[in-house]
Order: sequence, then C-alpha cells, then structure tokens
Amino acid sequence: MAAKIKYNDVKAGDAIPTVTIDNVSRPDFVRYAGASGDFVPLHYDQTFVEAAGIPTVFAQGMWTAGCLSRCLTDFAGAGQVRRFKVRFARQVWPGDTLTCRGKVTGKSEKNGEKLIEGELEVVNQKGEAAVKGSFAVAAA
Amino acid sequence: MPIDKSIVGKTGKPFTMPIEWSKVREFARAIRDPNPVYFNPELAKKECGGVPVPPTFLQVAAFWMGEDSMPAANFDLRRILHGEQEFEFLKPIFVGDVLTGTSRIADVYEKAGGRGGKMTFMVTETEYKNQKGEVVAYARGTLVETGQAVGG
Repeated sequence: MAAKIKYNDVKAGDAIPTVTIDNVSRPDFVRYAGASGDFVPLHYDQTFVEAAGIPTVFAQGMWTAGCLSRCLTDFAGAGQVRRFKVRFARQVWPGDTLTCRGKVTGKSEKNGEKLIEGELEVVNQKGEAAVKGSFAVAAA
Repeated sequence: MPIDKSIVGKTGKPFTMPIEWSKVREFARAIRDPNPVYFNPELAKKECGGVPVPPTFLQVAAFWMGEDSMPAANFDLRRILHGEQEFEFLKPIFVGDVLTGTSRIADVYEKAGGRGGKMTFMVTETEYKNQKGEVVAYARGTLVETGQAVGG
C-alpha cells in the first residue's frame, strides 16, 4: 500500500497521532474475547476472579495493545507496520480512560525500506502506564 | 513447581490460520478501530492491495491452534500474566491468505518478583508462512507465572 508518511518529513521527537479510549467497559472485554478467542475467565467471569482474590475483571492485555496499535496504522497506514512490541505494566480496569500515544525516536533503512522507529505507551486517567511499547513502520 | 528447562526448543505441530474477512472486521471493531480498510474490501483493494490485518490480529491464532501446536508449560491459570508481545512483519498479510504457523519455546527462566514473589517466564516464538511458502511474520510472546494471584 502507499505509505502515508514521507521519510524526509519525519524527525526524532515528532509525536504520532494520539488515540483516546473513553470509558473502558466490560463489554469491550467480552467483544474482544469473542473476536480473538481469548476466553481466559479473568476478563469476564466475576465469580472466577473473586475466587482468585481479584476485585473485578480487567482487560485482556492484547485488547489494550490492539487499541495502541491504531496509533501506528493511523500514522503510517494499515499494512505499513514492520515491528510492534508491547510490555504490559499494569491492568486496565472497567471505567478507565486510556490515552494511547507515541513518538519517533529514530530512522533507519533495512532491506531497501525506509523505517521510522519510536516508542509508545498507554496511560490511564491517573497518568499511570498500562502498556509500554516500541515500533517500526515503513515510510515512502 | 520447579522450572523445567528441558522444554526450551520444543516445537509444536504446524497449524493453519486462514485469514477471514469476518474475523478481521470483528477484531477491528473489538479494538475500536474504525479504519475503513477493514470494513470496505473495495477501498482496501485500492489503498492496500487487499484487506490488511490489524497489527495484533495474529494473536487470535493462539486461541485456535490445537493443544499439540502449542508446546506449553504447566502454568496455573489464576497466576498467569502476559508479560510482553512482539510482532515482526516481513511481507503483507491479506484477507484470503492461508497462513501456516509453527510455534516453539524460545526460552524459560525465573526471576525474583516484587509483590508477586518468584516469577517464571516462558518465551514462545511463532513463525508464519503464507500459501506461497514466504515467511510473513514472527510473533514472540512472554508469559509470566507469578507467585500469587495477579489482580489487585
């Protein structure tokens, strides 16, 4: 696909588009369970989580990572992502509001492609990081 | 449970992952991504050469492959955390492709944790090839078994 960004127009320190996820809710986790097949009961079964000593269900980490990945496809175009890595730092709970954001840290060329590299994070309404990540996307 | 290093290198039976449009658009909706390329195949064909998959879509395979395809440690479900996940893309993946994935255990190790006590880490790597035999992606995941329940 045609890349959305031009290599020469991007520099280290540039912010990439922010994605806001308002009012995280249990239906998000159930919808993601159905879409992904991730039926680990920690994410929708209140009886199960209470028995495990956890106050309530929380988001699948990969749901949050999926929300974050939209920053990259909005920035570079779907199909332009070359590397996406996430580390899960803290749970995302019903009622949270998430800010998914990132910035460019460098540029390189690999296998004849021009790559933009950077870091990413998802923070909750208290400013706590739920996910930290890094990326490489292809530019024109 | 003592750590079992002998499982490193263990490889699962290759599994098939057809890339289907209805699952791709359902997945895009679930991650609240309204990008029209996931919902309008004609537009996607023009803009991308086909309906692409969201960057984390391959994670779906983890929940569909048979037990013999995923060489797993015997972790306690109530104490499992997904620590890290990485995707590397070498070639485009489109709706209509039929991928073959092969997973192997890349590493197993222990670390002293904070409030969770002792933690055991397992890293798996899945290689995906398309119907032409080209390697299109690698997925690398780290699962963590904590010393106590994971919430709170």
